[in-house]
Amino acid sequence: MTATDIHTGEAGAIVTADGQPLKVSLARALRRQRLFALALVAPLFIFVAVSFIIPIADMLFRSVENGIVEEILPETVKALATWDETSGELPDEAVFAAMVADLKVAKQNRTNTKVGQRLNYERSGMSSLFRSSGRKAARIKEGPYKDQLIKADKDWGKVVTWQVIKQFSPGLTPGYYLAAVDATQTPDGSIEFETSEKAIHTKLFVRTMFMSVAITLTTLLLGFPIAYLIATQPAKISNLLIILVLLPFWTSLLVRTTSWIALLQQKGVINDILVFVGIISDDGRLAMIHNATGAVIAMTHILLPFMVLPLYSVMKTIPPTYMRAATSLGAHPWPAFWKVYFPNTIPGIGAGAILVFILAIGYYITPELVGGTSGTFISNRIAFHILNSLNWGLAAALGAILLAIVLVFYLLYDRIVGIDNMKLG
Amino acid sequence: MNSFKSALIAAAVASVAAGAVTSAQAETELVVVSWGGAYSASQQGAYHDPYMAKNADIKIVNDDSSNAAVAKLRAMNEAGNVTWDLVDVVAADAIRLCDEGLAEVIDHDKVLAPAPDGTPASEDFGNLIVSECFIPQIVYSTTFGYRTDLLASKPTSVCDVFDLAKFPGKRALEKNPINNMEWALLCDGVAPDQVYEVLGTRAGVEQALAKLDTIKDSVVWWSKGAQTPQLLADGEVVMGSTYNGRLFAVIEEEKQPIAMLWDWQVFDLDGWIVPTGTKNKAAVMEYLRFATDTQRLADQAKYISYGPARKSSAPLVGKHATLGIDMAPHMPTDPANAKTTLLYNYEFWADNRDDIDERFQSWLLQ
Repeated sequence: MTATDIHTGEAGAIVTADGQPLKVSLARALRRQRLFALALVAPLFIFVAVSFIIPIADMLFRSVENGIVEEILPETVKALATWDETSGELPDEAVFAAMVADLKVAKQNRTNTKVGQRLNYERSGMSSLFRSSGRKAARIKEGPYKDQLIKADKDWGKVVTWQVIKQFSPGLTPGYYLAAVDATQTPDGSIEFETSEKAIHTKLFVRTMFMSVAITLTTLLLGFPIAYLIATQPAKISNLLIILVLLPFWTSLLVRTTSWIALLQQKGVINDILVFVGIISDDGRLAMIHNATGAVIAMTHILLPFMVLPLYSVMKTIPPTYMRAATSLGAHPWPAFWKVYFPNTIPGIGAGAILVFILAIGYYITPELVGGTSGTFISNRIAFHILNSLNWGLAAALGAILLAIVLVFYLLYDRIVGIDNMKLG
Repeated sequence: MNSFKSALIAAAVASVAAGAVTSAQAETELVVVSWGGAYSASQQGAYHDPYMAKNADIKIVNDDSSNAAVAKLRAMNEAGNVTWDLVDVVAADAIRLCDEGLAEVIDHDKVLAPAPDGTPASEDFGNLIVSECFIPQIVYSTTFGYRTDLLASKPTSVCDVFDLAKFPGKRALEKNPINNMEWALLCDGVAPDQVYEVLGTRAGVEQALAKLDTIKDSVVWWSKGAQTPQLLADGEVVMGSTYNGRLFAVIEEEKQPIAMLWDWQVFDLDGWIVPTGTKNKAAVMEYLRFATDTQRLADQAKYISYGPARKSSAPLVGKHATLGIDMAPHMPTDPANAKTTLLYNYEFWADNRDDIDERFQSWLLQ
């Protein structure tokens, strides 16, 4: 483009043929392109938002959400606002009157049991208190309400019942997160940790991390030589090896888990062989299943392909000439491997380790079936609260903490190894 | 893998039955949720097939999701799209679903057929109607089975489970405080009528756990009902608790050297609930009237050793459909088996389950 081709406007700015300033015209063209690109990715973006981000955000919100008490017992919550929960005295007549009125409405809508279930997570006995009181409150026609309600169920005469209701009346609560780290909040606002005999979640979090690291290490230990073999053998053999690695991958998870039970149990194949050969006596059969060992063995097997495949795809790209060059320049095979070959596999190790670790901390069927008491994970508790106790708030809080831990590990990994170094293939 | 085989058969039966009615016009599809395996097969044989034979316009589709029914129903309800029409759940779950407003309240006398002699349904089922949303179907029990060939003598009491000196070997117990805590207290000298009073206190929970501590190292904990029969058959454990129907299958159908220990079996109920928001309410109610009548409940016992929930069904219980053996002596409710029993305490566990479960699970970790 020569200088004479350029149109100049009155102000001296460069304009296009139709007199528009070039800057504006260019911006418009770029905007159109950007919108087009956005329209192309929109389906994926909407899909990810609808099926992934929104549900997760909703689940996370449940870990603090607590609107139910205020929604079902609105009058009581209002009346309780002026009551001093640390006074050790029962609330006054107005609160009891409000509770009876709320219970009557709730009974009609069949929601009294719902709020009872919610409060039962905080204090055992609330479930039946609200179930039976719904019926009885309908029969209380006129005041004074206090004595009649306490007569209907003596739990209404306990200060702690009202303290729990007041403590969990706000629409947002830290209660689930506290429960997730084995703590509770006392009425005066201080936080109290459970005694170690009742603390369960912190123990399980630590164990989950520990076992997942152990599983990641064993898959690496077993997967590295396999991946090396596949990457260095001629295509005929390596294809066969890949099928052998993938075959269990295509088998049902339950079938694989159950076959490990058949192999490892005390009257199982491995113990039988060891007894037959004479390595152990019949009374000294090894306990290899229904404990942490069993969980690590079964999960290592299940997660092995996730380690082997990224390793293989990275090793495949390392030219064999590197090793040849190293040895021809005088390195012994071991230093040649350690100093030349191994550093090149680190992106694969990183990818495999992250995959295996993240999958491992979320597993629950395998630990449930083969983990016994020493091999259960925090995910088993999450499953219990989702499926059985219906305490989704606590499950969400446990899940959120697990998610935070994974993110911390991820950042640590980024600091130490660098996420750019990761290679999935 | 017997349950796998029966699941296959059930699936085959279902698909054949489905194929037979697809030609009919204007059909209603009822999604019935149940436990799968041998249990769904018994319902197929006793309820679904005869009903579809009589009503060509109804197609019954099985969904084996009862394990997670409470959570799934709640999720469906929140999403505003309930796709199930009838759900088979244990009574404790029925109470929970009713409490949450996820199950329809049933007027038992209006919806269900009276007994052949005219006794109204509510009387025929009696106190087994433990929730206003619940329609009882069977009585089952959680009880013990033991290996007849691996023990020096025959255990006669549930307390033999706690006696490692006389009955050495591993035991299978459920990884769950329910039932285990009751048995532990009973064997620790607590009077049967005081069990729940004691268990309601902190000291009582510790007492039960202390009793369980004496056998903790010899326990294999199960979480799926099929595990105990397998563990017994493999000789991994010498005794173990599970549902009585599972033990019947491994003893009578698979002829394993296992026998029943009925002492202090814990009765529990299983039955139907109609989910709030079902789109086929009228059709479901009609089906329920048929499927829970006296004859149908008695018919189910031909396929599986669970006792019918109606009093009027008991005399009609006959022989097993394929084995040809008398089913009455295998029912948990048979007087010879039911000398000492507990009934699952729904109210107690609804109140205390979460709390005791937490303590129990952390005890397991110690």
